[in-house]
Amino acid sequence: MSLTKDAKRGMLRTMLRIRRVQERIESEYLKDEMKTPVHLYIGQEAIATGVCATLRKDDAINSNHRSHGHYLAKGGDLKAMMAELFCRTTGCSKGYGGSMHLVDVEHGNLGTSAIVGGGIPIGTGLGLAFQMQKLDRVSVVFFGDGAADEGTLYESLNFAMLKNLPVVYVMENNGWAVCSPTATRHCGDNVFHKGAQDRLFSAKIDGNDPEAVYETTLKAVERARRGEGPSFIECTTYRILGHAGCVSQDPKGYRDPAEIESWRERCPVCAYQSKLQAEGVVNASFLADVEAEIAAEIDVAFDFARQSPLPTAADLHKYLFCE
Amino acid sequence: MPWSRIRPDTNEPEFMSAAVDGGLQGRRISYAEATNEALSQALSLDPRVFVMGQGVDDPSGMFGATKNLHMAYGRERVFDTPLAETALSGIAVGAALGGMRPVYFHNRPDFLLLAMDQLVNHAAKWFYMFGGAANVPLVFWACVGRGWGSAAQHSQALQGLFMHVPGLKLVMPSTCFDAKGLMLAAIADKNPVLIIDHRMNFKQRGIVPEEPYTVPIGKGVIRRKGTDCTVVAVSHLVTDAFIAAQELAGEGIEAEVIDPRTLRPLDEDLILESVSRTGRLVICDTGWKTGGVTAEISAMVAEKGFQHLKAPIARVTNPDLPTPAGYTLEQAYYIGKDDIRKAIVRTVRGQ
Repeated sequence: MSLTKDAKRGMLRTMLRIRRVQERIESEYLKDEMKTPVHLYIGQEAIATGVCATLRKDDAINSNHRSHGHYLAKGGDLKAMMAELFCRTTGCSKGYGGSMHLVDVEHGNLGTSAIVGGGIPIGTGLGLAFQMQKLDRVSVVFFGDGAADEGTLYESLNFAMLKNLPVVYVMENNGWAVCSPTATRHCGDNVFHKGAQDRLFSAKIDGNDPEAVYETTLKAVERARRGEGPSFIECTTYRILGHAGCVSQDPKGYRDPAEIESWRERCPVCAYQSKLQAEGVVNASFLADVEAEIAAEIDVAFDFARQSPLPTAADLHKYLFCE
Repeated sequence: MPWSRIRPDTNEPEFMSAAVDGGLQGRRISYAEATNEALSQALSLDPRVFVMGQGVDDPSGMFGATKNLHMAYGRERVFDTPLAETALSGIAVGAALGGMRPVYFHNRPDFLLLAMDQLVNHAAKWFYMFGGAANVPLVFWACVGRGWGSAAQHSQALQGLFMHVPGLKLVMPSTCFDAKGLMLAAIADKNPVLIIDHRMNFKQRGIVPEEPYTVPIGKGVIRRKGTDCTVVAVSHLVTDAFIAAQELAGEGIEAEVIDPRTLRPLDEDLILESVSRTGRLVICDTGWKTGGVTAEISAMVAEKGFQHLKAPIARVTNPDLPTPAGYTLEQAYYIGKDDIRKAIVRTVRGQ
């Protein structure tokens, strides 16, 4: 199924929305109002966008500390996300989670773990729950190349293959775990786990191309929905900004500025916008409208967050146990 | 190996009779059968419940606790797992988030250390970390080993580690009645519950009603009334403490024996009320002394009930050492009825 013009416009809009939200957070981070460690998604927008475009509302996603893009692409409310970054009671996690722990149960985002590799088995377990309940829901797990260092990935893949679970493993290989490059952590180019060919659909793709991400994930998701088991998709991409915080907080000297520059030139948002313009799918006035809508939505969300109440000491002991 | 087939050869002390309708006339079954019956009833009453774990479907069925359940309920709901405790624990967490009620059996607490990330970083945090948006109803079960040279990596009683963690409920049954009732309560709970059982419990037979019932999590029970000293004991040491107390009754000491049944939440009121009457406290745990269960209960009573204490608190625990394998060393290592008896006498008489 090829993408309709509307679907393409929708994906570009999602990518622009994620990018502009990330840029606004970055530009306001030093005001010290968002007192939570932010891990920005700039440069990786095509992955969350392309993957989530294949999913239904009741499909599940499981993500990680760098989760703003996944949350938004899956349908998460921007006001609730920004309120969470401002640690307000109106935040998606009511101020108990912060930037690394976004949740949106209504859209199948059952919470993000900031233990690298920790969400991989949880997403696998969601797939097990769907299979046991004979539902045709799919569980998608987003993780980075850092999580591919963890044993949970291999343990989870084995179990998913063993049980033929409806799970799609989406690895975002952005080249860096904090300040450690993949080359110092992985033996050769073996991150791409081929798995057992008859048990696992696997692909290694350009993670900066939203349509490639969409087409590949769609195959994986349809396969999972038909009960044909798990998939592993490695998306090559790049973390344009530092591991956490804003640009000025990224330590200098651990990576070559020329490397960053070369990836900036491959910016997935700019590239997709140019492509759709060249195809005549979008034009300048459409883009101007979208940018204006997004800017207005961000203003509203930041205002909402700033004006929302902060939790107080009286809230401290809530939510230890579910009654 | 003999320790993997401990036969139920002792009846529980009569302290159970008061708790059960029909008293000593009730049906008597083994500890393994009681646990098995709880699982079977949960599986049959609730389609969300499933049982997983390495060896749950093997012929011995996890010391009998899971025996033949896969035949009655199918291998989709009672299944063996890879030896991948880290991921499988996370898979249990995910399944719970996805609407299921997993019961994950680990045959030794030692192996729970491989599951620590999911248990402590994930399961115990999920409800709080997301402001109550999603809860994790799951049960982890593990059984402390002892004897036959089990040694340092197959006999650790690690409840002290887990008692430290907010967001986890920690249950340690001591009777057949509670093994069933607490398992059913744990499965019904909306939070992660860890049940730490003990191989010595599996020697028991006791009175267990046939119908499903729950024993409340967070409520302890007085197993023997007494006036001179409160003895808090967990797991199979409840029986040892009870026998020690019965012996001492003939020597003019009346010890009150408390079984907390749940270590977290701990029934503090029950312990404090008892200490307010007896003025003395002996605490017995199957684990280590330093930073453990006895340390926590001592601190709690020292903070909240110091005015009632007439004597120093005594603790009866295994020494702060890895478990040795050799049987002469094991004998020296493990504490039991006589150690508890001595501690009570010392606390009451100052000798």
